[in-house]
Amino acid sequence: MSKQKFTEQQLEDQELITKFLKDTTLFLGPDPEIMRDHSIMPRTQNEADCLEKYTDLNQIASIRDRLQSACEEGFEMVEQMGAAPGAKWGDIITGIYSASGDLTVGSASGVLIFSALVHHPIKFIIKNWIEEKTVGVREGDGFIHNDSRYGNVHNTDQSMILPVFHEGQLVCWVASTVHEGENGAIEPGGMPSMAETSFDEGLKMSPFKVVENYEIKKDLLTFLQNSVREPKLQYEDMKVKLFACMRLEQRIKEVFATDGPDALTACLRQTNESVVTEVRRRISEWPDMTVRTHVIMDSTLRENVLMKMNLTLKKKGDRLIFNFEGSSPEITNRAINTQLPGMKGMVGQAFMNHIWPDLPRGQAGLSHIEFETTPGSFVDCSYSAPNSQSLMSIFQAFTVAQHATAKMLYSCPDKYTRVLAPWHNMINTFIWGGVNQHGETLGNLCADLNGMGGGARMDRDGEHSLAPIFATMADIGEQELNEEEVPFLQLVSKKMTTNTQAPGKYRGGMGYTQIAATKDSDQWGFMTTSVGSKTPTIQGLFGGYAAGTIPLCKVADVDVYDVMLTKPEQFKHSIPEIMNEQPFDNATYSTHHLGLGFDISKRGELYMISQGSGGGYGDLLERDPAMVIQDIEESLITADWARKLYKVVFNEDTLAVDEKATQQLRDDYREQRKKQGVPYDEFVKKYVKDTPPKDIPFYGSWNGENDMVYCGNNEKRDAKNPGPIYMTNPKDVSIAELEEELAQVREQAGLEVKDKRK
Amino acid sequence: MKVLMTEYLRIDLDTENWECRVCDHVIGEARDNYKKGLLVYNRDPADIHPSIIDPTKYKFTFCPDKDWVNIYEFYCPCCGTQMEVEYTLPGHEPLYDMEMDVDALKAQWSERDELLEPTTGPNVMVDRHSHNH
Ligand SMILES: [Zn+2]
Repeated sequence: MSKQKFTEQQLEDQELITKFLKDTTLFLGPDPEIMRDHSIMPRTQNEADCLEKYTDLNQIASIRDRLQSACEEGFEMVEQMGAAPGAKWGDIITGIYSASGDLTVGSASGVLIFSALVHHPIKFIIKNWIEEKTVGVREGDGFIHNDSRYGNVHNTDQSMILPVFHEGQLVCWVASTVHEGENGAIEPGGMPSMAETSFDEGLKMSPFKVVENYEIKKDLLTFLQNSVREPKLQYEDMKVKLFACMRLEQRIKEVFATDGPDALTACLRQTNESVVTEVRRRISEWPDMTVRTHVIMDSTLRENVLMKMNLTLKKKGDRLIFNFEGSSPEITNRAINTQLPGMKGMVGQAFMNHIWPDLPRGQAGLSHIEFETTPGSFVDCSYSAPNSQSLMSIFQAFTVAQHATAKMLYSCPDKYTRVLAPWHNMINTFIWGGVNQHGETLGNLCADLNGMGGGARMDRDGEHSLAPIFATMADIGEQELNEEEVPFLQLVSKKMTTNTQAPGKYRGGMGYTQIAATKDSDQWGFMTTSVGSKTPTIQGLFGGYAAGTIPLCKVADVDVYDVMLTKPEQFKHSIPEIMNEQPFDNATYSTHHLGLGFDISKRGELYMISQGSGGGYGDLLERDPAMVIQDIEESLITADWARKLYKVVFNEDTLAVDEKATQQLRDDYREQRKKQGVPYDEFVKKYVKDTPPKDIPFYGSWNGENDMVYCGNNEKRDAKNPGPIYMTNPKDVSIAELEEELAQVREQAGLEVKDKRK
Repeated sequence: MKVLMTEYLRIDLDTENWECRVCDHVIGEARDNYKKGLLVYNRDPADIHPSIIDPTKYKFTFCPDKDWVNIYEFYCPCCGTQMEVEYTLPGHEPLYDMEMDVDALKAQWSERDELLEPTTGPNVMVDRHSHNH
């Protein structure tokens, strides 16, 4: 086709039409043009001019270092002054963005996923508010944002965004983002599992101006406070983020004074472009290949179903393509879907945490990497589907990304970190809410979510409860400090859960047990929001195993605080002792999946969970017997289980290893494997089925046929256009089952139904 | 020249075969799925992930539900080394997890020296003995 040539008149007409459409837009909703693009913006003329003017890489590096330390300073401020528990344990980021909105320098610690998705609201502001005469962007303005359909992970994260000017010219942007917790959703704490539409998710702040002349506008603040359960927190943290942004602005103005604004612009652009160049170089070093992997999600947090997270990772030349086709379609009235940027951000997190931790924390690291998804799938959901529990799906995306990249990285001569098995990926913690011992209404969560077990590495075990996959350097918080503000105790905490390791030549880092009980409030409750009570949520690596599953255990009809006073010997300090021995008289013991909706707790009732283990690495028969013994000594594994699993022979009393007998046992077991294993083709014939299990609702593609997806009830639909999927409220399912049972019992008993009218 | 692809697998660029790094067994063609040359076993999850609470009393016990998840183990037919483990849906086909572009691999390694052991990346462990203050 030849290049179209427009006459001047045509161009004028086109301009008029564009202006007309812009002026008559009734609603500036989430903008796919912004939201589907994760790349850095094209070089502007001004950036090109600045790059030409400032070519001294030492000067650029020196400015970048100053900006980096400014971000760390801002991070410190938010962490020290922030009221949200998330702020205190580092669930934050501060960053400096180019004039076009690209994040260039972000704080080194904290939640790195933000570095891939806080640029969207800034681009929205640039596109819509700069020219808009009722809004405008001026020095001293501040914009707030939380709606994940305009950027960000989920609505519990709030950002404060400030433009930075020099003599009336917009030079760059600064922003601070915090996982605030409470946001006025249908459940406290900001991440409602019960959300069935996007309107159940609380505050839906598209980016808007809430600060003028560096002061928060009181009328808007009051409206926001009036919409959430923690009005004081809402105010305090808006102030904290604003002051962190103002400090960043101050540091940037110091750079203006010494080097000038054009040098800063050159620094931002040079940094982003050189990171993209370096990423392309590093990808080129990987082998050209295709890696396929998947993980299984066993719950929507409301009901147990099987959902597939499917990844085909293709590397060719300097291109790396994450293809998520074949993954589960979105569940239109469940909260576990994610907006596309959330998924991309989590993959970016995998790179920044575990593959290239030496690269600057900015958007450029992910810019060159490509993504292919099916709109309407649970990794790329529609704007009407809720996504308040998007962590459930994006954590699985992190895991498949980590698992697949490890298989590409092993052969590379240059590595920037260890090749490692997938990290544990679930936030096994208590989200809580209610009225505390001081009469204040609260809604938030325990920092124990940050204690995910680390994946085993190619030369050593994984670290226990080390860090969450969304932040490399986060804290698990001081429970004693929390207890000053919350009316419950963690009666057992920081005690590793025995026999839950992911085995391998190197085992995964393990997680600890948490046993919580409300004490000083009649209006208090808990929820838990994890999947993985029926199926493991990760994979192991190169012959290593994944972690097992983790239930929620509850003991009701008991007040353990009374027990501790009257019969203290009855209280036990582990889940198996309490659940297996059932030490409390007349108490009710039960297990549940980890998607507990908000549950009002009575004084002294126990809620018991454990964090999970990172994945194992390599064949467990190669595990050094001395390391097995050390795990026994540290109560990470029982002697019986260690013997059975790792085939180690040792003296029960002294734990001295019999090396020769161990070798023999292991050699024998290798022979046994050769007997029990069957050739591939024979195995496929015997075990592989043409369809998924009939009696379990399954969502996703089957056997790699990614053009069709199952949508529960053995129903196959076009993967490109699966349409909405609505699930029935589990309570209604249960009522229907009970009604049917009751009708059968009535019939068998010959009982007349009094009113037969329908 | 041989390229170390995983803890247990390598590719011989000259013969274009997958090989076991433990026993040197030739597993199969590098242009095909290496799993086709291995033995496979459908492992009961309870063998690896024990019920630490009583399965006769409770529905959820720390042990995966074997009706919901299968564990496929892949062994070297010669030495019995467990080369790969796959957690999957019951009845799902094993994944073709590493599909190689052998020609590209050859070109890439024509400019590299052979590695007999994998590189590990920079060592960032703190030497605890050097902090005696
Ligand atoms: Zn072998």
